[in-house]
Amino acid sequence: MESIARARQLVKKYAHTVAVAGIDFEILENECFGFIGPNGAGKTTAMKMLYCFLPRTGGTLEVLGRDPSVHPELIKRDLGVIPQDTNLDTDLNVFENLTCYARYFGIPHAAASARAAELLDFVHLTEKRTSEIEELSSGMRRRLLIARGLINSPRLLILDEPTVGLDPQARHLIWNKLRELRAQNVTLILTTHYMDEAAELCDRVAVMDKGTILATGNPRELIRAHIGQEVLELNLTGIDPNAALAELRRLPVKVEASGQKLYIHCEDGRQVLHLLTESGYRHITRRPATLEDVFLTLTGRDLVD
Amino acid sequence: MINLSIRFSRVWHRNFDVFVKYMYVSLIGNLGDPILYLVAMGFGLGTFLGTIEGVSYVQFLAPGIIVSAAMFAATYECTYMSFLKMIHLKTYDAIIVTPVNIEDVVVGDIVWGTSKALFSAGIVCVVVAACGLMHSAWALLLPLLILIVGFHFASLAMCVTSTCPNFDYYSYFFELFITPLFFFSGIFFPLTHFPPWLRLVAHCSPLTHAVELSRALIMGYPPPHAAISVSILIIPAIILFYVSIVRMKKRIIK
Repeated sequence: MESIARARQLVKKYAHTVAVAGIDFEILENECFGFIGPNGAGKTTAMKMLYCFLPRTGGTLEVLGRDPSVHPELIKRDLGVIPQDTNLDTDLNVFENLTCYARYFGIPHAAASARAAELLDFVHLTEKRTSEIEELSSGMRRRLLIARGLINSPRLLILDEPTVGLDPQARHLIWNKLRELRAQNVTLILTTHYMDEAAELCDRVAVMDKGTILATGNPRELIRAHIGQEVLELNLTGIDPNAALAELRRLPVKVEASGQKLYIHCEDGRQVLHLLTESGYRHITRRPATLEDVFLTLTGRDLVD
Repeated sequence: MINLSIRFSRVWHRNFDVFVKYMYVSLIGNLGDPILYLVAMGFGLGTFLGTIEGVSYVQFLAPGIIVSAAMFAATYECTYMSFLKMIHLKTYDAIIVTPVNIEDVVVGDIVWGTSKALFSAGIVCVVVAACGLMHSAWALLLPLLILIVGFHFASLAMCVTSTCPNFDYYSYFFELFITPLFFFSGIFFPLTHFPPWLRLVAHCSPLTHAVELSRALIMGYPPPHAAISVSILIIPAIILFYVSIVRMKKRIIK
């Protein structure tokens, strides 16, 4: 499959901080690739270098077969960007937002109007065609941003936190739209700190922390490799953690402590649960392992500022 | 490296669309001030003043009001309006992820500021002509002068915007620079009674030269020092234009 974006030792430094500290990744055509990580991990910076907004400090970067530092406009022609800030043009109404944006791409007026109407239909905003931006809910604004990002029929769509701050209905609607785009052979790159979103949408994810990539892979494979099948959460209230740990050390499990809980990673939760209840432990939750466990294991369970 | 293209016209077009949408509101804003000065000062105060330099006060005033309208319109567009689009509305951020680069955005806004100057000062010209205050066919060159003045102040304003941390900063720019220019560039009274050193200072003001050129075109006499006046308007404008692009790029692309 063709490579859509490729980075080698990509670095972004500022006067006093290193936002991206030498990362490698390759994104293939028609996949959905996610950058996940805590706030300040460098996800947005990496994305901004991808969509030719920020110049890199070091390393190599290729997007759609070109170097963003040389003629970025040729890359941007085939790129759709959905930024984290809802930067719709508040001086223009819904439809004008799309046609005006089409003009930035040099799309002729008639084609732009047709495409705008088609996209409003795609994001279910046809009735809002003549509404002003202030009249839209945050979910509608995000959908309009997606329509705007698609105005030039991009090969690659880059989304920075596409569903942050939205209610569950609005989130699911956007997820469905992104799946439809996948079916239309659009490559998607997104950042998110919602792990369920990453697991739901992404073929592959890169877990970022402090400007580096800790792991890259398919969400299910990452879960299997780093956690196992299941997780048991043992509430430590009223329990001596050392005794519990000594007990667990005899079993084929990995244990992590965080706050008032022990997280027990294992292949067969039923067996471990049985042993623990026999030893008198109560307040145990058994659940399948998730990307969130991978994320927290790799980045540390403690709160990151 | 400056990466400028004809795509700046797409940014201009966006501003034009918004302008057309709010045409009537902005018409009042654009015309209010200059017409007020012309009526209140020219016809009001003027009736008590007799003649200045051999002409009625309103006749003396009108040429300066035309070019000052150009200065204010261009300055307003490339200070408050550009800052709003850059910082608050993030319009610039939205545009520069399309094939339109940041240089195109800055130039699009400067050219827009210049167009707005032409529009605002052009209407004042029409009012002045309707009052029978145009006395020479040379006045047909006024649009060209207005374009130069508009471009000069739009570029200057964009330079200020490139370093502006917040809206309050602009009130310093207006109070310490633009307003003094307005009052001491020979619009309201001749500079002939200034002591020589102050006259020299006043002649450093680009607006003084714009006023002299405007008055000469309207009355149909040769401007006192045309070459110097045109140079003082154009040369700094080109430098400011270049500097504003470089500085805005540095500000937005970190």
